[in-house]
Amino acid sequence: MELAASAPALAKARTAKSPRPRSGKRTVPMVVKLAYRNLFHDRLSFFVTVVGIMFSVVLVAVQSGIYLGSANKIAAIIDAAPADLWVVPLGTKSYDDPSFLSGRERYMALSAPGVANSEDMLVSFARWRKPLGGETTVLLIGTAGESPKALPLNITDGSRAALEAPNTVAIDRSYFNDLGVSELNDVAELNGTTVKLVAITKRVRSFTTLPFVFTSIEESRRLAGANQDQASYQRVTLLPGANIETVRKEIERRLPDTEVLTQAQFRTRSQDYWLKQTGAGAALDAGKLLGLIVGIVIVAQTLYSSTKDHINEFATLRALGAGAGYIVKVILIQAILSGLIGYTLGMSLALIAIQAAQDTKLTIIMTTPLAVQLFAITIGMCIFAATSAIIKVVRIDPAVVFSR
Amino acid sequence: MTEPSNSKVIVEAEGIVKVLGTAPNEIKVLKGIDLELQTGELTLMMGPSGSGKTTLLSILGCILSPTQGQLTIAGLKTQNMSKEQLANLRRKHVGFVFQSYNLVPTLTAVENVMLALDLRDINGPGAYDQAAEALESVGLGHRINAMPSKMSGGEKQRVSIARALAGSPSVILADEPTAALDAKNGMAVMELLAQVAQDTRRAVLAVTHDHRTLQFADRIITIDDGRIAGSERPKISGKAVEMAAH
Repeated sequence: MELAASAPALAKARTAKSPRPRSGKRTVPMVVKLAYRNLFHDRLSFFVTVVGIMFSVVLVAVQSGIYLGSANKIAAIIDAAPADLWVVPLGTKSYDDPSFLSGRERYMALSAPGVANSEDMLVSFARWRKPLGGETTVLLIGTAGESPKALPLNITDGSRAALEAPNTVAIDRSYFNDLGVSELNDVAELNGTTVKLVAITKRVRSFTTLPFVFTSIEESRRLAGANQDQASYQRVTLLPGANIETVRKEIERRLPDTEVLTQAQFRTRSQDYWLKQTGAGAALDAGKLLGLIVGIVIVAQTLYSSTKDHINEFATLRALGAGAGYIVKVILIQAILSGLIGYTLGMSLALIAIQAAQDTKLTIIMTTPLAVQLFAITIGMCIFAATSAIIKVVRIDPAVVFSR
Repeated sequence: MTEPSNSKVIVEAEGIVKVLGTAPNEIKVLKGIDLELQTGELTLMMGPSGSGKTTLLSILGCILSPTQGQLTIAGLKTQNMSKEQLANLRRKHVGFVFQSYNLVPTLTAVENVMLALDLRDINGPGAYDQAAEALESVGLGHRINAMPSKMSGGEKQRVSIARALAGSPSVILADEPTAALDAKNGMAVMELLAQVAQDTRRAVLAVTHDHRTLQFADRIITIDDGRIAGSERPKISGKAVEMAAH
């Protein structure tokens, strides 16, 4: 600036030592600085915004985590015993909607070109009588012990091999209270037969309230009253290089009373049944929607009132020649900053809750893609919530600066 | 006093009429104003309340559009310009000094000036030095990191002048720049505006009610009932006295 240094009133001030660091130092862009100063100026209002977003993020994260946890839980048995193709009774809604195949399916499948192996899996409802009295329904699952895909997984006490002995079962530790047992070698009655607990698993829980009870395929047939060739499903493994769709069609042609599904199809069918057809997923979706609405309302309200508080500054900026885009940028940065801080705190809280729920009946899962998705949703929500504030600022009449 | 030899007309208003409100309640605030502002001059605009001074200032600053008439700033005709084009013109050619300073309270003095530079796409490390220089030029080199809430009225108005100077606009429009200041600070601010006006690339127009400021004027315009009632160039201004003393 090129002012002539002549005014005596200013001379003293000019000789005062300047604290300015003469530098080419990097500075935060002014538009960002203005946004965060505006945001942090009213700390109470900022606190309310962040708490609102945090609450919204926790709600959406936990609901999404429960949804994902439920989806994984529904498919847990299918995932634990993977197959290239599943031969299932016609009209099967879910893997835990058990009925029996006729008994000839294994050999029919094995005779189809491209098939390397086909294994039996039996799933059936059964009555569990507790040692100290009382009955409950369980889901009995039998698989062949010689298979590398034999169930159950995650055995912490006992062994899978012990299940090959007659009248033996495995259950998850989290079902001890429900089933009235407390340690290995405890006995109970399953469909009227005395069975002994020989293996204990960890975190192998069903999506429904029915506890899983695992045993060998032979024992499951006996306990479920099936004949020696019967099973609920055939898990088919293909030869290397075989075309999955060709083999699927061929088995389906040979077994007209069955459906032949890929692993992904059976998984999706089971998840869709429980999450979409029963309404359980809709309840979780409603929770997520509620979280989003709460977040949008709180952010919109706070941004609007912050904009109103700073309206004279925005009018001054407009008078100084700021384009509408510059002012919109300030509001959007405020929204994004609120979202960033709210998301960080909310996600931290959600992760703590998820960690705390790990050994409970509630399965909540957080994955990196879900966290990224939630981040995008949070920022999107905050930007959407900024709409009312943006409408307010772009309508500012800069002439008000002269009437103040 | 004669016009500076190398001055040129930077703002030209012809037949400016401004009607506010709608019939039958419309009010004709400006009734045909012809005005030229020349670089290197401090023009003071005086007149009673309601005479149309602030409306004229708003039109000259491209904040309001005239109902009739033609305005040219730095050779650019403003007629038919959109809101964004007018904002662009203000950003490039007009600096404002407001009665109540209108500083951003959450930014320091230097940041307030940097904000005005940022609007003109002057940013990065150089902007800080440029803003600090602007503050030094108005005698606030030692207060660059002060928040407006910690500054006196005079200091705030000097920051406001430094902000108006940022980006070297062609014209500076000041609305009652001394109205909120005590006599001493008011005179200091007027002195500063008079210095700013010495730059032959720039014109300064200040609306004022304060007769003590007349000594700084190169030209005095009187406005009454929406019309220019008088325009004179004082024979000896305060500036001339000071220059003579040197």
